[in-house]
Amino acid sequence: MFDQMAHKASSWLTAEGDEAAVVLSSRIRLARNIRGFTFPAYADPETRGNIVHFVRSAIDKSKELETGAFVSSDDVTEMQRAFLIERHLISPEFMRDQNASGLYISPDEKIAIMVNEEDHVRIQSMNSGLSLMDTLNHAMRIDDDLANSLEFDYDTDFGFLTSCPTNVGTGLRASILIHLAGLVLTKEIDSVIDHINKLGLVVRGFYGEGTDVWGNLFQISNQTTLGRSELDITESLEKITRQIIEFENKSRDRLLTEARDEIADKIWRAYGILRHARVLTSEEVMNLLSAVRLGAALKILDMVSIATVNKLLILSQPAHLQRYMGVELSPGDRDIARAKLVRDTLAELP
Amino acid sequence: MLCEECRKQEATVHFSQMVNNQKVVMNLCGTCAKRRGFSNPLKNIPFPLSDFLTSMVSESAAKVDGRLTELTCPVCKLSYDTFAKTGRLGCGNCFEAYRQPLADLLRKIHGSNLHRGKRLRGGALVMEPLKEEARLKDELKKAIEAEDFERAAQLRDMVKELQEKLQAVTDV
Repeated sequence: MFDQMAHKASSWLTAEGDEAAVVLSSRIRLARNIRGFTFPAYADPETRGNIVHFVRSAIDKSKELETGAFVSSDDVTEMQRAFLIERHLISPEFMRDQNASGLYISPDEKIAIMVNEEDHVRIQSMNSGLSLMDTLNHAMRIDDDLANSLEFDYDTDFGFLTSCPTNVGTGLRASILIHLAGLVLTKEIDSVIDHINKLGLVVRGFYGEGTDVWGNLFQISNQTTLGRSELDITESLEKITRQIIEFENKSRDRLLTEARDEIADKIWRAYGILRHARVLTSEEVMNLLSAVRLGAALKILDMVSIATVNKLLILSQPAHLQRYMGVELSPGDRDIARAKLVRDTLAELP
Repeated sequence: MLCEECRKQEATVHFSQMVNNQKVVMNLCGTCAKRRGFSNPLKNIPFPLSDFLTSMVSESAAKVDGRLTELTCPVCKLSYDTFAKTGRLGCGNCFEAYRQPLADLLRKIHGSNLHRGKRLRGGALVMEPLKEEARLKDELKKAIEAEDFERAAQLRDMVKELQEKLQAVTDV
């Protein structure tokens, strides 16, 4: 499974779908627990093992999940775990203690189900571009399928019960991964983030050095899960995302009219470095790819597609790089291998 | 610049993180960064939400002045005190055991404590025998404690039989 995955980007990052020039992906997560069992954080190994067994048999019975792979934490190495984190298939905490947990992945990687993360079941549905409604519907179908074989913890007042009070109710986290390079360049990003926070949404970045968030990539998601329906939560994120896209597009237009040469220069320089550099750190590659991604979206650079940039964002990360090269690499060697991967990928383009 | 954590080695790793429009910058040496799980940018960075949450939990417990902190969930044995420290509940029954303080806490977090989303559907195909198994095991434990070995032997056989049945169901 891992070998097949190492050479291609996840299909939720193909730059297809609505608004793909700005939005990389849409994601829905549902948290569920099984009635009568202690939540994973406090459960003994036997109970955790039972939960994996029950969820696995429920997945086996599900029509929606007919194909796909189930891996047990016992069979996942630390390197493979890092690989799954880089692919956004699991959370950084998941399988950290290697203790009776499991993971289902659909063949197209649009569905991932974590067993014994913070809750017994975490259903994740992902799609390329802005497509929150389809993503929600897909997650709901899988939830229905699993509920045919599993009795979920549920309370008429509180809704679905979860280990952390912040997930109680719908258990739903809707989020988008968005590229706001224009707003960062025009320095309007802080006020936009402020505006988003006031609307009750959470903004997180990819972490980085200095003042810029790595690659100008932001994750935006709902903060509350109780008191509003799944549809309501998801629709409101979609509505606000469309507003943010409008802000971003306006700032991109302004950059083009007011500073076209400077922006084109920044983009072409980034491309030049990526095309020829011999040593590239993760952070540098993310920031240069951000400029090239903007160039592709603005049609300043026509030889690189947004899909190629998305693919490089994933493939240039440490665990992917090492799997791609087939050997473990020291950080210094990784930077050399990363530069080669980027050069080769960009050279292959017509 | 020296590492902010150990104050001995040179800071070589600089992390900035966005949390609700606040940029938190940390300057650490390689050793401290690694120990804190910072070596991989995608690894978890401590998120103040949990601190924020536990302070809210403690607040709602403090209201009833010590009495609440003695509460314990009869099913998973998690005390409200432990919940206040970890911010994580122990099982579905905790919501029954701590209904009132949780209703207050949930309203503070979400602005509501009434679910308006999807209702539970389906269920119970696999779970009924499991609940039965848990009940029998509990009875078995009590029988052993009471030194009623005849009853214990009976219960042990019932658990075994149920487990075999369960295996047959889940292995389909």
